[in-house]
Amino acid sequence: MKIETIKSWILVLLLAPALALAANDDADWTNKLKDQYFAGKSIEESSDVIEIDAPYRAEDPALVPIKIVSKVPQTRDSYIKKILVLVDKNPFPFVGEFEFTPESGKADLAMRIRVNTYSNIRAIAEMNDGRLIMTKKFVKASGGCSAPIGADLDAAMQRLGKMKFRLDDGAKIGEPTQAQLLISHPNITGMQMDQVTRFVKKSHFIKEMRISFNDKPILTAKTDIAISADPNFRFYFVPDKAGVLKAEVADTSCESPTSRDACTAGNSFSETYTLNP
Amino acid sequence: MRLLFALILSLASGSMSAAPVLSVTEVAPGVYVHLGVHELPDTKNHGAIANIGFIVGERCVAVIDTGGNPRQGKSLKLAIEHTTSKPVCYVINTHVHPDHIYGNKAFKAPGVQFVGHQKLARAMATRGLYYIDKAADQLDVKLTADDIIPPDIAVKDHLDLDLGGRTLKLTAHRAAHTDNDLTVYDERTDTLWISDLLFIEHLPVIDGSLKGWLAELKTLESHAYKTVIPGHGPIVTDWPKSMQPEKAYLEMLLTEIRDMIKQGKYMEEAVETVGYSARGQWRLFDEFHRKNVTTAFAELEWEN
Repeated sequence: MKIETIKSWILVLLLAPALALAANDDADWTNKLKDQYFAGKSIEESSDVIEIDAPYRAEDPALVPIKIVSKVPQTRDSYIKKILVLVDKNPFPFVGEFEFTPESGKADLAMRIRVNTYSNIRAIAEMNDGRLIMTKKFVKASGGCSAPIGADLDAAMQRLGKMKFRLDDGAKIGEPTQAQLLISHPNITGMQMDQVTRFVKKSHFIKEMRISFNDKPILTAKTDIAISADPNFRFYFVPDKAGVLKAEVADTSCESPTSRDACTAGNSFSETYTLNP
Repeated sequence: MRLLFALILSLASGSMSAAPVLSVTEVAPGVYVHLGVHELPDTKNHGAIANIGFIVGERCVAVIDTGGNPRQGKSLKLAIEHTTSKPVCYVINTHVHPDHIYGNKAFKAPGVQFVGHQKLARAMATRGLYYIDKAADQLDVKLTADDIIPPDIAVKDHLDLDLGGRTLKLTAHRAAHTDNDLTVYDERTDTLWISDLLFIEHLPVIDGSLKGWLAELKTLESHAYKTVIPGHGPIVTDWPKSMQPEKAYLEMLLTEIRDMIKQGKYMEEAVETVGYSARGQWRLFDEFHRKNVTTAFAELEWEN
């Protein structure tokens, strides 16, 4: 056998497992998640409407910054109505469902999430005309869902429920304005429990969030344990005049980290920000 | 066939063969340290990377950190048996990190009390399952819940341990390197076993509170110690001089990250830009720096 032939065989042998792995990346989506969330619907795969920006390798699997970047403006006639975010291989893949309006201006959304293992992060946009467009991004991370609750748990518990808005780039009437919402909450996954020492922590996380400007909704979300401790969101809205940006969030506590059958309602928190551009 | 089976058995047990005696150095009379290596915990070093050791009194011995895997714990136990005939009475864990606690089980015996920070048990419980999973994947070490041994004695502020003619003064610190850091001061030799509150050469790793760590260093800096034993790096005899690089690195993170937050920059940007001027000064910078910026940013964005 020629050296070149041997080399190419070695290459094939080396690549085979990698190729097999790559092919399996979509298995959870194809076999389970697609039907769970979009049974009978057709989804176009494209990065022309939204794209995911995320680090290929996560520094901290419990805190992976991701950004959904929209490629189309939010107009009255055509807008992104909803974006579902999933991490295929998380024990509970649902990260959140985020609803936008024409008042959002831009359906961009940055947040920090937990990624438990090498997995695709998937975002499916639903347009106001019902069209579904999916994009995905592969991220290498490990252990994000069972990872330590936070560096300083007591500090996190003490300021639980505290929130603040930041509008660092300023605001302009009639133009998409970026706002950041910081929520202090440990967002406990419930996967940190240890039966041996009987230290059992139920999951305890932000389950819904309503952000409005002058009472008009701009971002409404259902969220879950894949959102990192101290949830942090950046989003857009178009202020039509001076007014009040308001966030109302509610948390819940569930018996199991991966089932939502037995949960108890928690507390509600709210925060406002007065905008005088 | 039987022969082959026997061969396989002996090969299998080869990897499990009796733990070797751990090399230790007497850095002050009765104070013994095994110096770790500046490596990421991996499947080759099996997590045995930290400085660990023991202090011998007239009556008994206190172990200070037990190593990065159960086998290193056994090796440390052998080193103690080679050094003294006195029994182990205390096992002190300086904090929850795997390279300091995974040898605990080797010392589990009647008459031995485990000692840790008041928050150590909680940290072990909340991290236990994660740690056990990770040990298999990342260290090639098989652990069970039995290997994670919480303290029998929890230290809230201060505690004196009498080893017979030798008193160890334990201090539980506020959140700093972790939220369960404990230091051990040996009066007789004026030695502070500071553990991971001090990193030398190896980049400091923040898993507690940047501000808390700097505050603790400030307090510790005002004391004089003849000998200081860091968790990673060589023995210190010029305290607080050897601590300055760590302090400078942490202060730089504080200043630069605060500045970025003030300017309205995001964590993603901070991770790309903060602190890279220190890159040439530390081992394992690329492995831990971005994580440090992430942790510190998450802490500092809640200031005010």
